[in-house]
Amino acid sequence: MNQQRIWSWMAALLTGAMVLAACGGAPPAQAPTPPPATPTTAAAATAAPATAATAAPAPTEAPAARPGRGEGDTLRILYWQAPTILNTHLAVGTKDVEASRLVLEPLAAIDPEGNFVPLLAEEIPTVENGGVAQDFTSITWKLRKDVQWSDGAPFTAADVVFTYNYCADPKTACTSVAAFRGIKSVEALDDYTVKITWQAANSYPYQVFTSARGAILQKAQFEKCVGEAASTAADCQAANLAPIGTGPYKVVEFKPGDVVIYEINELYRDPERPFFKRVELKGGGDAPSAARAVLQAGEVDWAWNLQVEAAVLQQLANQGGQGILVTYNTANVERLLINFTNPDPALGEERGQLSQPHPFLTDLNVRRALALAIDRKAIAEQLYGPAGYPTCTLLWYPPFAESVADIFKGCDQDIAEANRLLDEAGWTRGPDGVRVKDGRRLSLLFQTNVNTLRQKTQELIKANWAEIGVETELKSVDGSVFFGSDPGNPDNIGHFFADIQMYTTGATEPDPTSHLCGWISSAASQKENEWRGTNNMRWQNAEYDALCDQLRKELDPARRVEIARQMDALIVSDVAMIPLVARPRVAGASKDLKGYNPSGWDAELWDVANWYK
Amino acid sequence: MGRYILRRLVFAIPTLLGISVVIFAVLALAPGDPLAQFAADPSVPPEVRDQIRENLGLNDPWYIRYFKWLAALVRGDWGYSFTSRVPVLNLIVERLPRTLQVVGVAYLVSILIAIPIGIISAVRPYSLFDNLATTFAFIGFSVPTFFTGPLLIVIFSVRLNWLPFIYDTTLRVTDWETFTRQVRQMIMPVTVLALFQTGSLTRFVRAAMMENLPSDYARTARAKGLGERMVILRHVFRNSMIPVVTLLALGVPTIFTGAIVTEQIFRINGIGELLIKSIQTSDTPVVMAITFIFAVLVVMFNLIADVLYGILDPRIRYD
Repeated sequence: MNQQRIWSWMAALLTGAMVLAACGGAPPAQAPTPPPATPTTAAAATAAPATAATAAPAPTEAPAARPGRGEGDTLRILYWQAPTILNTHLAVGTKDVEASRLVLEPLAAIDPEGNFVPLLAEEIPTVENGGVAQDFTSITWKLRKDVQWSDGAPFTAADVVFTYNYCADPKTACTSVAAFRGIKSVEALDDYTVKITWQAANSYPYQVFTSARGAILQKAQFEKCVGEAASTAADCQAANLAPIGTGPYKVVEFKPGDVVIYEINELYRDPERPFFKRVELKGGGDAPSAARAVLQAGEVDWAWNLQVEAAVLQQLANQGGQGILVTYNTANVERLLINFTNPDPALGEERGQLSQPHPFLTDLNVRRALALAIDRKAIAEQLYGPAGYPTCTLLWYPPFAESVADIFKGCDQDIAEANRLLDEAGWTRGPDGVRVKDGRRLSLLFQTNVNTLRQKTQELIKANWAEIGVETELKSVDGSVFFGSDPGNPDNIGHFFADIQMYTTGATEPDPTSHLCGWISSAASQKENEWRGTNNMRWQNAEYDALCDQLRKELDPARRVEIARQMDALIVSDVAMIPLVARPRVAGASKDLKGYNPSGWDAELWDVANWYK
Repeated sequence: MGRYILRRLVFAIPTLLGISVVIFAVLALAPGDPLAQFAADPSVPPEVRDQIRENLGLNDPWYIRYFKWLAALVRGDWGYSFTSRVPVLNLIVERLPRTLQVVGVAYLVSILIAIPIGIISAVRPYSLFDNLATTFAFIGFSVPTFFTGPLLIVIFSVRLNWLPFIYDTTLRVTDWETFTRQVRQMIMPVTVLALFQTGSLTRFVRAAMMENLPSDYARTARAKGLGERMVILRHVFRNSMIPVVTLLALGVPTIFTGAIVTEQIFRINGIGELLIKSIQTSDTPVVMAITFIFAVLVVMFNLIADVLYGILDPRIRYD
């Protein structure tokens, strides 16, 4: 990834936002300026192997222009899902992680370009500065010495080590525990140095204590909360709702499932920040009314995740005049997953097992025809609008892709070719127009969760497939069931008792390894592993497995990008998944709010200390 | 009377146990997962979610979980919420005043409106007023709150900008200014709820009055020379109240459980909002607590309604 690419990328996003705002007769959208606070530190992150980004450019705005601490009144934030707990490690949803981020901080944040920004650390450890071991088996973080907890206690390495021990106990039931896997030890070399050692070389050594799920807990507050006490002891229950943090704000009032009130943490390390005296994070309602609140009524300054159908969102943005849409990158892609095993209920216990290959989806021609018949452009434009780009690749973000035009190359709808492929595969049209081969109809069961956008997407795809003689039965399951992990639940994505399913997922960190390696053969979701394997398509591809092994071992950043691209290309060429729409996240901001820089790799509110009016 | 109440209370115990078994079974048999929100998030892989299910005790068979729940309940422990890991009772206690305030006020408002409208409609049936009231009542109970709520928001918050539509639950009424703010933010939710309830209540009052107006005792009262106003208010109205009071008493438990849709629309942190969120996130302890308390209230107010019967109508005897 080079600087040019990032900026052409960002420019594309911003132009989109401006066009939107301009349509409504609203003043031009302000570009979210990079935080002026930490220009030097971003440069330090550039040698990070996973991101390999060049230095973040100098801030576009003179730091002197922004007002100082506490000069602003109240920042009103609206989340249509209400936070229920403020201990990041016990979070049950993104909203909890976000709400706790104003208080609890990780050692380093990740900015929208994928650069690491040190928060509680002095610098980002790299191989060059000796922070990362040559063989990638350990990483050593040097902590800032001037950080205090909001109760006045000094922040030290003991707190970092404690956070690991807290989650390392399975009885604590940390939801962030995946980041702590493969760790041999976390030790404090001295009061301000922490060394993390892995059991084996780790090509992405930044997975722990960074970004949204890496918040550090205060040892003094949570010491007695390790294990079951984390949820059952009264002190710990109180601590989970009001953690002591190092962030710009501290919690003054929290009503679980409703509202959090924050006030400035007077001991925050930057004397100039934060600008707002008070933050109100209100939860509840739904996305369309949140969009209305920020865009039309101007009742709030920031609204999270405006997952609203394009036409409605566009209309609110145009008529409102109170706020603008803010789009930012993530790794998320709405995709179709293809079942490579037979979901026929007649198979009983053998249903969906690897021993039962799918009767026709194992035929590459059929899969290719299905992919070719889909009109991604129509789906993205009509349904997603500013919140989606048509894509035929999963890795649609830098450094893997250059621009949003780039990710949609050569995957225009091609009904003729799709028909030809099916003819070639021996599927002939029956009297009702549906193709038949050896007495079997080309009929699919297509499932997803209940969500207006998804149901409309299903309808469009069903119509596309009807054109090539494929019959589609649509099924939609309630979200909490569809995404549930209960082994006795036959309707979830792990069981995948359908032919095609659709949902959005993507890497949560700039490094795509854990996401890509989730689709290897051995991760197949089966009865034996209680349908918990990440590869719920049960796709078996030896070439892909070998690439994953290579990716896990490769330490050279350029080679890693190359291998990841190959894996992505293989998924697409073998049509294991059909990527549909690349999904940036869309938030709403009031017109006079400035300084925000939401990151898809971190909590949206990661730099709230820099926000001002 | 005392023995009657006691007997009814004793009979309530098996009823409540039965209700709790059914609710628990329904919840347990419905698939769901407190961490479903993280499903497509690779940083929370399925085995982590499974470990957490295990820690929350969700992997036991449902009848074992039920007995554990019941045993804890007998000791006064309602369990803790999976999503916020605080005792369930804390959550309910925090939200109950809000629900009582909004839904309770709406209930009172609708009673105060419905009774006079119902009486006048009955006294002058098929008059212009009655026709208007009837139309109004039919609109009221046939238009759902999820329609009237957003409609009021679009008119009064977005277009006219008179009223806020995000309910400020941290507002404390300390002076005149905060009081007016409280009133302003309550206007829309209370209107939505009252509109809905008033409709059906008006029809009930009207029907009860119509039934009693031509009765013998009303004619006797008139024959004795009582004024029409006296006849209607002291005689006919009092007797018409018997079915209406039952209806009102049976409606009281719904005040405690809140208004699921309206609370969601206006972001009021009431019990109804808590219930629906907890069902969506499979937060069993919270759902059990709310539904069980609701069951207790329903049983209790059934009893109260029966006792009130006796007070309003001395002809009804117990034992």
